[in-house]
Amino acid sequence: MQLQSMYQEIILDHYRNPHGRGLREPFQAEVHHVNPTCGDEVTLRVHLDGDTIADVSYEGMGCSISQASVSAMYDLVIGRPVPEALETGEHFMTLMQSKGDASVAEKLEDELEDAIAFAGVSKYPARIKCALMSWMALKDASARALAATPTGGDKP
Amino acid sequence: MTQTVSRPGAGAQQVPLPLDVEAIRADFPILSRTVREGKRLVYLDSGATSQKPRSVLDAERDFYETCNAAPHRGAHQLAEEATARYEAARATIGAFIGAPAEEVVFTRNTTEAINLVAYALSNAATAKEEQFRRYAVGQGDEIVVTEMEHHANLVPWQQLCERTGATLRWLGLTDDGRLDLSDLATVVNERTKLVAVTQQSNILGTINPLEDIAARAREVGALLLVDGAQSVPHQPVDVTTLGADFLVFSGHKMLGPTGVGVLWGRYEVLDALPPFLTGGSMIEVVRMEGSTFMPPPQRFEAGVPMTAQVIGLAAAVEYLQQLGMDRVQAHEEALTGYALAKLAEIPGVRVIGPPDTVARGGAVSFTVEGIHPHDVGQVLDDLGVEVRVGHHCAWPVVRRYGVPATTRATFYVHTGYDDIDALADAVREAQRFFGVAQGEVS
Repeated sequence: MQLQSMYQEIILDHYRNPHGRGLREPFQAEVHHVNPTCGDEVTLRVHLDGDTIADVSYEGMGCSISQASVSAMYDLVIGRPVPEALETGEHFMTLMQSKGDASVAEKLEDELEDAIAFAGVSKYPARIKCALMSWMALKDASARALAATPTGGDKP
Repeated sequence: MTQTVSRPGAGAQQVPLPLDVEAIRADFPILSRTVREGKRLVYLDSGATSQKPRSVLDAERDFYETCNAAPHRGAHQLAEEATARYEAARATIGAFIGAPAEEVVFTRNTTEAINLVAYALSNAATAKEEQFRRYAVGQGDEIVVTEMEHHANLVPWQQLCERTGATLRWLGLTDDGRLDLSDLATVVNERTKLVAVTQQSNILGTINPLEDIAARAREVGALLLVDGAQSVPHQPVDVTTLGADFLVFSGHKMLGPTGVGVLWGRYEVLDALPPFLTGGSMIEVVRMEGSTFMPPPQRFEAGVPMTAQVIGLAAAVEYLQQLGMDRVQAHEEALTGYALAKLAEIPGVRVIGPPDTVARGGAVSFTVEGIHPHDVGQVLDDLGVEVRVGHHCAWPVVRRYGVPATTRATFYVHTGYDDIDALADAVREAQRFFGVAQGEVS
């Protein structure tokens, strides 16, 4: 069975026990992203403190890959400056485009932490969108949050 | 016709199948390949697109190898032969649904056929020719659809209403996956210009009672468009008794090539409609100041047509006729009864749609408790079982039944009990894999 390469135990753990799930206050931007080919949905809020991501809160429905991906992303981006978090998002995108090339995953392993477990998904073109949806939502919400607070997040 | 009614818990019965599955499989080259490291291909996604028998592929190849030319242009021998083959195919395909050739318009697919009608109805409002204004849709008019429609039979009507100021209304669904016709008399009324309804739901499998809807449409003088994308491939359909003004279907879902669909229209109605796409082939006289158009069906076939695909579709029709559409339907009904019973034996599986084979086709959608359909589909795919997952281009339907998406198995002439056993085994494997297997139903 090839399945284990995609459904790593880490992914199933995030799916069963998602980190940071639920919509919380305060937030500067909320976005709703869907995957129109399959109906996966995520509503995601970003709360900035200066240009640092103080909180990402979310609700969504979808497959294990999409739901585990947002949970793993949560762990990766909290407490980090937006540009840095988005750069990690770019690296996750690179991983998703790697078509299962182990050398790509190896290079990104330290940076992507749990999210490296999604390497197997890159072999299944139909599922890549599921893994990327939350990162797209984060990029969108961060841009809006930054725009909404020209001086940067909350005032002290 | 046999009625194989299955009752959950009654046990899955393998009644003798009307079609010789092994002989038919030998006609489909693709069914001899394997998938996912040597697994037998269990193709249960004919509702999305069907596989093609060798005779269809041969017909296309033969056209290209022997008489390829643009039909209805040129006077050379190849053009004559191509035109003759193209028009003979039109007659064959028309006869398959009981229609004369001049009522058969070739489109790219069902979606384009529906758009053709929707655009013709809004173009009618601004047509300079008086004879094209008869069916014009405008402010105060109503278009009626159902909550069961594929997006292809919903979005074009939403758009028509936005272009014209008409109002879209719809018939709802009952909990067991059927049309709720309790308010038919008010939803379809004197303001209704057109009713668009599917004959067989692509997600629920429901076969709709078109007679009641046709009678009401006729009573108020509304046009009736029937989406036959999932019915024409799977059951006998005869436009002389259908009660419709339009029937639309796709070649690729009925063993034919992609790139060809059909709009059948009553000639009188087609003749009163302005064109949708314009250009070569569909004109009568062209001057710099303006043009006049050919009668149907040419009026609706602008440009060089998909000749090889039309010829391939005629070969598909001949293949189906040799099997007999009554037997095709009975075959799928037996498989559907078996599949419903097999799925009913698996705890945690819920079928979305009619629970038995009464007025039901072979689209079986289901959910597996605790596993998202994408994940179900992934495990099935790993075992060689190819199904569709998602909202099946019928988002309002999955919303209506409170599920994010479903897993859908669809059957066709090459489907056998072994395919359905493979499906049921794979669903159980998915439950094991995701750790949600429950005790067996006693």
